[in-house]
Amino acid sequence: MAKIITVTSGKGGVGKTTSAAAIGTGLAQAGKRTVVIDFDVGLRNLDLVMGCERRVVFDFVNVIHDDIRVQQALIKDKRLDNLFILPASQTRDKDALDQEGVGRVLDELAKEFDFIVCDSPAGIERGALLALYFADEAVVVANPEVSSVRDSDRIIGILNSRSKRAESGDEQVKLHLLLTRYDAERVEQGEMLKTDDVLEILAIPLLGVIPHDKTVLAASNVGTPIVLEAGSIAGQAYQDSVKRLLGDDVPMRFVEPRRAGWFTRFLRRSA
Amino acid sequence: MKLLEFFLGNKSRTADTAKDRLKLIVVRDRASTGTGPDFLPMLQQDLLEVVRRYVEIDEDKVQIDVDRKGNLSMLEVNIELPGRYGN
Repeated sequence: MAKIITVTSGKGGVGKTTSAAAIGTGLAQAGKRTVVIDFDVGLRNLDLVMGCERRVVFDFVNVIHDDIRVQQALIKDKRLDNLFILPASQTRDKDALDQEGVGRVLDELAKEFDFIVCDSPAGIERGALLALYFADEAVVVANPEVSSVRDSDRIIGILNSRSKRAESGDEQVKLHLLLTRYDAERVEQGEMLKTDDVLEILAIPLLGVIPHDKTVLAASNVGTPIVLEAGSIAGQAYQDSVKRLLGDDVPMRFVEPRRAGWFTRFLRRSA
Repeated sequence: MKLLEFFLGNKSRTADTAKDRLKLIVVRDRASTGTGPDFLPMLQQDLLEVVRRYVEIDEDKVQIDVDRKGNLSMLEVNIELPGRYGN
């Protein structure tokens, strides 16, 4: 039976698609048959981040409305045999998705895959609500910043009250916090919310802390999921997070500032 | 004074302000949207604090859930105490 994991946040631009691509790829690396679905109809981007944008033929909306079989729309990743992408439609709008249609596609995929990763659009409208409705687990992506944390709290409320599990009285959606763009040095300076602050407010278990890292942009420039970039500390932090998602107990890394020499510290202070 | 701040790095810790503002706004948001169990994390925290006045227990020993059946919602509270208490 497939597990459905929704990557969501409320606020845009916090790293949902980067995280969905990284988690999907990490699960596939761990040997799990994984499909990542882009729910952002009208603004698809998962294809670009995962480097398969030129191979999109059919999309999620075609499968729901146009008699296209889901297997025809799936794009197989070039690097990993057990990783697939279901792209969103670029021409339709979010109302092209409906609960019954999405449920049907997920049921179909559940027969073939171990993990279905749903990349939610920003906001709390239809696409986002459908992306979380069927979730077994949810990864709430947040930046250590006031508007992101507030929106995450809102989305947690929606996960707890408007998901299928909440409606049917099943066990609640299992929630995970993924804190991204974390800058340990700025945290130490008191300029940025620290992990414990965010945890105290959101009160859900911590899946991982992804350090602010320039290689994330570089990887998306070339369409490589960040977990495949050897030597990237963000990539390693995502790999640790995937292990935790699979139940391993892995210590947090990259959450302490790297000890800078006195000269660097002097420069930073005067900046 | 400015020179002293420069060398001691005595910048204002804006993260503390961020945290305080967030705590307040999140409570207000939850109150205005909270028809569902959005309040559960806070209730859990409050229960934990109350119990801790009497017995020291771990954070994860207070479990709360809302069980819904039809029109009925039931609040389920499980508090695990260390060792054996009472008679």
